[in-house]
Amino acid sequence: MKEVTFGQYYPVDSFIHRMDPRLKIVFLIGFIVAIFLADNFYGLAACAGVLILAVALSRVPVGKVLRAVRGILFLVIFTAAINILFHTGEHVYWQWSIFSVTREGILFSAYLILRLVLLVVCSSLLTYTTTPVSLTDGIESLLTPLKWIRFPVHALALIMSIALRFIPILMDETDRIKNAQKARGADFESGGPIKRIKAFIPILVPLLLSAFRRADELGDAMDARCYGGKTRTKYKKLHFTWRDLLGFLLLAALITGVVLLRIYVGEML
Amino acid sequence: MRIVCENLSYTYNEGSPFAAKALDGVTLTIEEGEFFGVIGHTGSGKSTFVQHLNGLLRLPTSLKKYKPKKRKKSENEAPMSVLRVGEFDLTSKNTDFRALRKRVGMVFQYPEYQLFAETVEKDVAFGLENFAEKGQKPTEEEVKRAVSDALATVGLDYNEVASKSPFDLSGGQKRRVAIAGVIVTKPEVLILDEPAAGLDPLGKQELMELLHKIHGDWCKTVVIVSHDMDEIAENCTRAAVFSEGKIAMCASPKELFSHAEELLSLGLDIPLTAKLVLALKERGIEIDCDYTVEDFVQKVLARKGGRA
Ligand SMILES: Nc1ncnc2c1ncn2[C@@H]1O[C@H](COP(=O)(O)OP(=O)(O)OP(=O)(O)O)[C@@H](O)[C@H]1O
Ligand SMILES: [Mg+2]
Repeated sequence: MKEVTFGQYYPVDSFIHRMDPRLKIVFLIGFIVAIFLADNFYGLAACAGVLILAVALSRVPVGKVLRAVRGILFLVIFTAAINILFHTGEHVYWQWSIFSVTREGILFSAYLILRLVLLVVCSSLLTYTTTPVSLTDGIESLLTPLKWIRFPVHALALIMSIALRFIPILMDETDRIKNAQKARGADFESGGPIKRIKAFIPILVPLLLSAFRRADELGDAMDARCYGGKTRTKYKKLHFTWRDLLGFLLLAALITGVVLLRIYVGEML
Repeated sequence: MRIVCENLSYTYNEGSPFAAKALDGVTLTIEEGEFFGVIGHTGSGKSTFVQHLNGLLRLPTSLKKYKPKKRKKSENEAPMSVLRVGEFDLTSKNTDFRALRKRVGMVFQYPEYQLFAETVEKDVAFGLENFAEKGQKPTEEEVKRAVSDALATVGLDYNEVASKSPFDLSGGQKRRVAIAGVIVTKPEVLILDEPAAGLDPLGKQELMELLHKIHGDWCKTVVIVSHDMDEIAENCTRAAVFSEGKIAMCASPKELFSHAEELLSLGLDIPLTAKLVLALKERGIEIDCDYTVEDFVQKVLARKGGRA
């Protein structure tokens, strides 16, 4: 179970969880395109509606999803403030030296905030509903066409999945070593910066040694199983199902809608 | 130091979807001077329990108890947890954990993977220097004496290994060095989490002999976590059986293994002697022994002698 605790996978069973990771990745990309194509309020509202539907279907608690937004709160407030203060426009509410607050500026910032929030919520929804392992599988599968130009897709995917697999193991190991040294009276919390850095040597040395040992063992284990043969089969095959078809149709409808709104309603500032 | 533990519960990743209840109302007293065994199936909470004893894991729930807020709910609330090691009250926020850890030594599973220093001497001295009182750094001679004593206790020769890199030693030697690094401060209680894991039978036997030596001279109380029932039967004064975070049984090996069926039903092994006693019982021969090999052999021989 530990392999999934890394990242933010939220383990429930839902419509979204069961979707093919490839489609979810494509959906995220398509959604980002839609967000940036939408240049009026209706378009963004449509995007938000689709996303709210997806969140509801995913059964991930809303609080969890919003927590992802909290991470970029500072960025959002900062960009919004800059935009409000520097954006010029016709309907001026307030002005001082080079700063001005205009209706256009406020709307522009509002769109920007909405886009950022949608972007972050959508991408965190992907990581909440997809284990790192199936995410890697999905990326590998999507990158397959690059094999034609001899891009080592498979090696890349392997590196990614090994890294993902090892991060939680090493985090565990760090915990264990840290506890062991604490039991011998090591103190990681007090003292000046130099002392604190020095205090990490008793963790770092065993950790590095163990990482190398594990890498060695993994290499041997892969050799022993004849890794490196030409064709490999997958343990978990990715399957396209009706859920993915629905998702795809929804995405197509969203992008079409946004483009139509762009043409017929136009920019709203 | 007497260890008193009442209603100890612990949940990993509390409040997240990955929450795992590891301890569920453990009540247990370990007297000073015991050679105490902790046994149980894998995942039964043994390691979690022993890590509480020197404050590496703390009681998250106990902290709330100090705020007298939810008086009304007290009927549904879990009963008050108690965890005392000697005079240290581990449910209190003000416990001096450094002082506690100085007196309660802990050897983790595969302790050889925590070695880090350039030389064996420095590694063994690590705890000594950490636990020294402020402004009272041990002199070089004191360090040397303590290190060589500790190494001698684990069966290593100071002159031979002290200046070597710990990474150049064999696996068994590394483990001894790691144990030396814990006992060097002469803790009153020594806890070992599966100290014999991964050793060959002879290595195991040597290690147990070593622990008995430490139990007499260095540490008043020894607590070992083990999977090996023979080890428990041979060595422990008492043992507690963990099962799904609870204590299923706690008694002397003699009493414990006389309930062999119960242990088997918990999915645990029993010592070879207990298996033989069971097999003999099926054939109508009752043997009343304390399940050490020596006692078993004596009782069997005595019986045979009696018949002849
Ligand atoms: N760091 C952790 N994070 C989450 N859960 C954990 C962690 N460590 C242990 N657990 C869980 O707590 C339970 C008890 O674990 P513990 O390590 O105490 O078992 P154990 O009796 O020592 O087993 P073993 O004989 O395999 O060492 C297990 O179900 C385990 O999955
Ligand atoms: Mg354990």
